Amino acid sequence: MIELENVSKSFTLHNQGSAVIPVMAGASLRVKPGECVALTGASGAGKSTLMRVIYGNYLAASGRVMVGDLDVAQAEPREILALRRETLGYVSQFLRVVPRVPTLEVVADPLLAVGVEKEAALDKAADLLSRLNIPKRLWSLSPTTFSGGEQQRVNIARGFAHEYPAMLLDEPTASLDATNRATVLSLIEEAKARGAAIVGIFHDVEARERACDREIDVSVFTPEMAA
Amino acid sequence: MTPLLQVQGIEKRYGARIGCTDVSFDLFPGEVMGIVGESGSGKSTLLNCLAGHLEADAGQVVFDTRADGPVDTLTMSEPERRMLGRTDWAFVHQHARDGLRMSVSAGGNIGERLMAVGDRHYGDIRDKAIDWLGRVEINENRVDDRPTAFSGGMQQRLQIARNLVTGPRLVFMDEPTGGLDVSVQARLLDLLRGLVREMGLSAIIVTHDLAVVRLLADRLMVMKDGHVVEAGLTDQVLDDPQHAYTQLLVSSVLQV
Repeated sequence: MIELENVSKSFTLHNQGSAVIPVMAGASLRVKPGECVALTGASGAGKSTLMRVIYGNYLAASGRVMVGDLDVAQAEPREILALRRETLGYVSQFLRVVPRVPTLEVVADPLLAVGVEKEAALDKAADLLSRLNIPKRLWSLSPTTFSGGEQQRVNIARGFAHEYPAMLLDEPTASLDATNRATVLSLIEEAKARGAAIVGIFHDVEARERACDREIDVSVFTPEMAA
Repeated sequence: MTPLLQVQGIEKRYGARIGCTDVSFDLFPGEVMGIVGESGSGKSTLLNCLAGHLEADAGQVVFDTRADGPVDTLTMSEPERRMLGRTDWAFVHQHARDGLRMSVSAGGNIGERLMAVGDRHYGDIRDKAIDWLGRVEINENRVDDRPTAFSGGMQQRLQIARNLVTGPRLVFMDEPTGGLDVSVQARLLDLLRGLVREMGLSAIIVTHDLAVVRLLADRLMVMKDGHVVEAGLTDQVLDDPQHAYTQLLVSSVLQV
């Protein structure tokens, strides 16, 4: 479902002496439907970079980034938008929302975007928010004023609202207590059971071992830094 | 799918100076495109050329009309273009005063566009006007007040209502949230995003506020000195800018 072939990425900092910083080279991986793969490696090794290359907000310098039938590295913006709407979900570490939109609608939004009826979308959103222990009295408020942990859970609910065939999870269990972590892990297991291909970053070893089928150490993709 | 708008090689010169040059892009139904750049970069010139407010020196702006399919709006006759401007197109000015009739009531401002497309029944027009005031969160009891009695944020929302009442398919916006305080801006963003979703409209938004484009725009075009220096998916351009100018622009934003 997700297949990377010889992907490289570098940053050119035009305003800092045109320094070219290679951050990734020869990255290849393959994730089948129903499989969850953890990216590991020290901080700065390029885990998040690899994820952003898959999601398309970083441009790959070379190589192929296949998600389903689409090569994200070559695709037009509107093809990537359609991919993100229907096929590829991403739970980032930060919640980015339009101010003033109620939490329930924030969570239901991905469902409305794929054409689910409003009522069904709100029901699903309510179900996810209850599972993640967001108190009902907060649903009508905007999540911008929530605590870090609550925002993270809203973000997860939003990410799991639509049943994407491929998902990227960036630290989904960070800053969560044991109960909520268990809920997130079951959400991941349910997603795998329905055939989703998942790439995740988990610092929490226990969570990683429970959710993931194998690990890929991204430091093998880190190019030797020239002195 | 046919693009709603196909722009080819638009150029506008002011004497020897370049307003904007060599701008080409396709806009598809339901897409929102942001145009960013510093003041003087040509973004408003471009928007005005696209909307037919300024005469472009070269290029094509092909719009997929309901009746006749794709037509180059730059070679259309003036009456045809005006008709388009009243029906399928809408233009939200930076200063609400430029887009409103200040001496006519709020209801009249909204009703004028309806009458321009043939509505004649006073009661219907008034009902629609009141409905739209509600959608932009202006109290119904203000329907007979003139916009001069409105705050800046309300004027801007009234301008949006006036523009959207005829169900346009393409909206041009020039700094729609510029000059408004942040709470009003948030309200307007929420409103615009909801309308884009519900009505399936396409929009081209000129702004210098990167936070606004991140929330509203699917795609982004970065302009400098009349040229498009970078274009792509909004979050890709903002997270991984390729051009020196975009990198400068993105790194210059103050973190809140």
